[in-house]
Amino acid sequence: MEWWKDIYAAMKEADIQQVAYVPDAGHAKLIDACIADNDMRAVPLTTEEEGIAMLGGAWLGGQRGVLLMQSSGVGNCINMVGLMKTCRFPLATFITMRGQWHEFNPWQMSMGAGTQSVLEAMDVDVASVEDPAEVGAQSAALLHRAFVGMQAGALLLHQRLMPVKTFKE
Amino acid sequence: MTDLTRAENFDLRRREVAQQIADAGGDDLLVVTGLGSTNWDFTAAGDRDLIFPLWGVMGGAVPMALGLAMAQPDKRVFVATGDAEMLMGLGSLATVAIQAPANLSIAVFDNERYGETGMQATATAHTADIAGIAAASGITVTGVVRDQGELDAAIPVMLEGNGPSVHVIKVRAEPLPFVLPPKDGAYLKDRFRKALLGEAGIV
Repeated sequence: MEWWKDIYAAMKEADIQQVAYVPDAGHAKLIDACIADNDMRAVPLTTEEEGIAMLGGAWLGGQRGVLLMQSSGVGNCINMVGLMKTCRFPLATFITMRGQWHEFNPWQMSMGAGTQSVLEAMDVDVASVEDPAEVGAQSAALLHRAFVGMQAGALLLHQRLMPVKTFKE
Repeated sequence: MTDLTRAENFDLRRREVAQQIADAGGDDLLVVTGLGSTNWDFTAAGDRDLIFPLWGVMGGAVPMALGLAMAQPDKRVFVATGDAEMLMGLGSLATVAIQAPANLSIAVFDNERYGETGMQATATAHTADIAGIAAASGITVTGVVRDQGELDAAIPVMLEGNGPSVHVIKVRAEPLPFVLPPKDGAYLKDRFRKALLGEAGIV
């Protein structure tokens, strides 16, 4: 379960300076690494849509940022995501999936099932990764698509990559 | 019972408030305006490249300005937005309070109305107190501005004081002519970046 280090390395390579996030178990180690990094500003949000606007502001000011969230957060962002197409802001978001694989909580399944189609409906380019060995290459490609290709993109991290939450401990 | 018409008699006029802030802020002030009336107010005061007017994304003005303020810590970032736009993104005040950017100032032009949809009452016409919400969210500099004297005192705080700050400026609920900024988002973004970052701002 060290794939998160490959995302972090890709973020460093891409000179990411702002990291917007809503706390998430799947992203926990990556978020901790960003908080500890003096060259990154890690910003906890009250709702994911703030992160979309915040990253637009970062780009206006000459910095690159990413948004870390889980699939349920995608639904909170949709109107704000329109900003990317309207203004042609770059977007790179890493999304940990719920509802795909050994999901204990049925309330997470609906948004998990809708995540990709909802993003695509808003013109966000979506890639998925299930093999931990591929996370680094897919992360670099997402960041390139955003900050070189000037597109909005999301990388869906399959729930098989995440620790299984059992609600037992 | 709250008097839902009281805002029609507020002293301050929003176009005059915007003009005074724009004149005092000068050409280097980085401005984000929220959708609706504050766009028209600051366009009437003088459209320029370093104003980014939001034509949509309701609730996005403050978090957008936060990203900008963190990217440009040596420049003052000023948000002018309306009460309805702010009410849709109240959580962003808590987000700002955690980061506490000293260069970020937020002014809420509070006419207690949804201006673009027919001047219906917002929650501030009833019971909500945005300055109180900001203070309770951890914003240390907050205030309510109701007359010219209070505005004269608040403008230096907004433009030079240690932020983040939230000033709720109670402005008269009144019909005003539209004064529209450009609406092509890609153009607005590119002109802002070029003015701020020079040729490096164009990719």
